[in-house]
Amino acid sequence: MSGLPPVPGTEHQTITIESNDDVVRARQLVRGLAQRCKLSLVDQTKLVTAASELARNTLVYGGGGVMRLGLVQRDGRTGVTAVFEDSGPGIPDIDQAMTDGWTSGGGLGLGLSGARRLVDDFTLETEVGSGTQIAVTKWAR
Amino acid sequence: MTERVPVLKIGDVLLVSIQVDLEDQIVLDLQEDLASRIVESGARGVVIDITAVEIVDSFVGRMLATTAAISRMLDAETVVVGMRPAVAITLVELGLSLGGVRTALTLEKGLNLLARPGNDRPAQR
Amino acid sequence: MAEQDISARLVELLTARGELLASAWVEAVSRTLRGRISLAELDRELHDLYTALVAGIREGGSDWQGEAYAEVRALLSELSRGRARQGFTPTETATSVLACKDILAPTADTPAEDIHAYLQLSKLVDSLALFTLEVYAKTREEIISAQAEQLMELSTPVVKLWDGVVAVPLVGTLDSARTQVVMEKLLQALVDINADQAIIDITGVPAVDTEVAQHLLKTVVAARLMGAECIISGIRPQIAQTIVALGIQFGDIVTKASLADALKHALRNSSTDLSINGGQA
Repeated sequence: MSGLPPVPGTEHQTITIESNDDVVRARQLVRGLAQRCKLSLVDQTKLVTAASELARNTLVYGGGGVMRLGLVQRDGRTGVTAVFEDSGPGIPDIDQAMTDGWTSGGGLGLGLSGARRLVDDFTLETEVGSGTQIAVTKWAR
Repeated sequence: MTERVPVLKIGDVLLVSIQVDLEDQIVLDLQEDLASRIVESGARGVVIDITAVEIVDSFVGRMLATTAAISRMLDAETVVVGMRPAVAITLVELGLSLGGVRTALTLEKGLNLLARPGNDRPAQR
Repeated sequence: MAEQDISARLVELLTARGELLASAWVEAVSRTLRGRISLAELDRELHDLYTALVAGIREGGSDWQGEAYAEVRALLSELSRGRARQGFTPTETATSVLACKDILAPTADTPAEDIHAYLQLSKLVDSLALFTLEVYAKTREEIISAQAEQLMELSTPVVKLWDGVVAVPLVGTLDSARTQVVMEKLLQALVDINADQAIIDITGVPAVDTEVAQHLLKTVVAARLMGAECIISGIRPQIAQTIVALGIQFGDIVTKASLADALKHALRNSSTDLSINGGQA
């Protein structure tokens, strides 16, 4: 599965997501980087919330995985990108999974669709039986 | 050995002030603790203070809504106080409007709201 | 003739009668600017530039993007920014640079090698003029975006109407970005002055589109989440029609015809709080 290319010259971190504590850690790392990238408070909050939803998805539905986090650059703007990867069952029907209120695991069904609304860029790659990768980016205004 | 959020009792109101970055298990424990403390203490109201909370995602949002619904069934009113603007904007964007949860700007206003049950505004959607 | 030789000849030409040529340049430019810059200032500006340009050609030939031209580019940027701020047109700004060509303009009895030198200067000056224009355009963009920001600040005041009541009177066209700024400012004001009644007055707003209407709705819902009630006042008939036609549900949001009605409603809503807090204050 093709990963988001790390931007040359910017640092990036990878953490494993295997427990609830890791979800908290993922949030803290994302917030730290969002602050350094000078996202507005509202944008920071949106990105951290999206990361929280996706990290939980990785844990609950993907059976654990990793988050890769880094700064990205495009057209002179800086952004924070977080990529969540698992090798879980994958998502059979993406359209359905992206619908508000649809859930396969007893949640509110706002995780994916909500996370997409909270960020500027959202890409999802999934293959049934081999895993899911979701990348989200928030750009500094 | 997960930590637990303390539930304080003031008169007939239970007060929870969340000061830590919420891990999912703590959230579930809190929901359980509150339900049993309402029954034990016969509390009439619950105030959940989230002034210090930097993000509320759908998991925590669901806990707030569920707690409100459970406590109502146990004859106690729940008020969530101190939500930050950025958190509120994010929740709306996320698609959560916390139906059935009453809210107040500050702890003081939240307690006032519970103190005057006959006088308050109609319950919010 | 090799390029170095042409450059050397060019430097020779430019230095031999340096003072005269620079003055001719100043003279030509001052005519186009018609006294809107003092002659002394222009004289200093162009003489500095002339000196730097000759040095640049001597060191770096015609490679105007190279290290040797750093000084030239810095001076041009400064000139260009100044012109943009003072409101000169792009033509006037570019002409200041382009006029530099004419001082070596060949005549009937110009020897062939000097014509080569002139052509090189001409190409060089063209590039530098384009560079100047780019800086000019960039500066204008900066000015525009700074003004837009100022306008945004000016046009979204959040005012305290009463104890516990804030209002934001919106005037002019609302776009998505501005509505978002208003939303954030209003919600922050609720916290800052401990107000649980907010009024968004859109009397001065000529029209709304779907996105703006959605933002207004979201603001109301977000205010509720924080424990405040939000009233929208001053909805014009056309806007009401738009909102209905767009199929946007305003649901149970309180709307009032005028700001006065909205304030009355807000005070009635918060009156219990006022009487209680009033005793303590």
